Amino acid sequence: MPTIVVEVMPKAELLDPAGKAVAAALHRLGHSTIGDVRIGKRFELHVSGEVDAELLASVQQLAADMLSNGVIEDVVSVQVSGTGVSGTGVSGTGVAGETR
Amino acid sequence: MRIGVVTFPGSLDDRDAMRAIRLAGGEPVALWHGNHDLDGVEAIVLPGGFSYGDYLRCGAIAARSPIMAEVIDAANSGVPVLGICNGFQILVEAQLLPGGLIRNDHGSFIRRNQRLRVESTDSVFTSGFVQGQEITIPLKNGEGGFIADHETLDRLEGEDLVAFRYLDVNPNGSLRDIAGLRNERGNVVGLMPHPEHAVEPGFGPDTSDAMRSGVDGLTFFTSVLQQSVLK
Repeated sequence: MPTIVVEVMPKAELLDPAGKAVAAALHRLGHSTIGDVRIGKRFELHVSGEVDAELLASVQQLAADMLSNGVIEDVVSVQVSGTGVSGTGVSGTGVAGETR
Repeated sequence: MRIGVVTFPGSLDDRDAMRAIRLAGGEPVALWHGNHDLDGVEAIVLPGGFSYGDYLRCGAIAARSPIMAEVIDAANSGVPVLGICNGFQILVEAQLLPGGLIRNDHGSFIRRNQRLRVESTDSVFTSGFVQGQEITIPLKNGEGGFIADHETLDRLEGEDLVAFRYLDVNPNGSLRDIAGLRNERGNVVGLMPHPEHAVEPGFGPDTSDAMRSGVDGLTFFTSVLQQSVLK
C-alpha cells in the first residue's frame, strides 16, 4: 500500500514555544552545538491503489486546506514514500496559504 | 430567544454556556456536533474545551464537523454566533474570523481573572457594553496567542473589528494585545476569555465590592437577547 508523506512546519517567523522548550532542555544537557529547535508534523497517508497525478494533486489540496493552516503553518513537502516522487510546486516553502 | 450551544467531543464549557444563557433570560438549546440540524435556534454559542483533544490543531477538526456546515451558513446569513476559547479557535479554523491562535508564547497553560477593554460595541454580543468599558472575566488557555500578518492586523484595527484587548498584561503573546474579534457584520464574535464563567454573583471573579461577585460576562448574553427584542 503506497504511502504519501506530508510534512508541515510552523511558519519560520512565528515563535515555536514547544521547539524552544526542547532546545532549552538540550542546552541544559550540555548539547551546546545545537541552536534552535523547531517542531513540525509528519502525516503518513496510506492510500489504496496507484498514486497518480490526480491523487497527488488532491493530497496537495488536502495538505493546504486541512492538514495545515496557512496562517500559522507551511506545507514543506508532499512526497510518495520510498519513490522520491513529490508533488509539483510543493517542495519548498510557503504554499500552504495560497489555496485558503 | 432560543440560543443553541454546540457540544463537540471534548467540549467542557457547554453546560456553563447554557447556564449563562438561562441566567441572562434566554432559552438554551443543546446542539450536537454530529447532526446537520440547528433546531431552529436564533443564535449559536461554540463553547470552550478541547474538541477532538486539540488534535491536528486547536479547533481544526471541530471546524469540519457536520453541524459546522449549518453554523457557517447561519453565520453568513446574519445569525449571531459567539465562539468562546476553543469556540474562537473553531471560528478561526472555519474562516469565519481571520488570523490564527498558537501556543502561548511562555509555553504554559494560563488561568487567571483577566481585565479586558471593550474595543467595539458594534456587535450583537457587545452592544450592551460602553465603548472602552473595562471588564474582568476568567481566562484559561494553553493556545491563546492570536496571530495574523501585519496587513490583516492593520485592517482589523482600521475597520474597528478588534472587539476586546487584554489589559494589565498580555497573557499569551497575542499580537497587539488582541483578546477577541468581531466580523464586519457584527454577528460573529470570538474571544479567548470566558464570559460564561462570570454571570452569577458568588461564582465570578473578585470585584472591589465583594469576593467572586463579578458578572461582567452576563452582558454578552443580555446583549444578544436584546437583539431579539429589537427585531
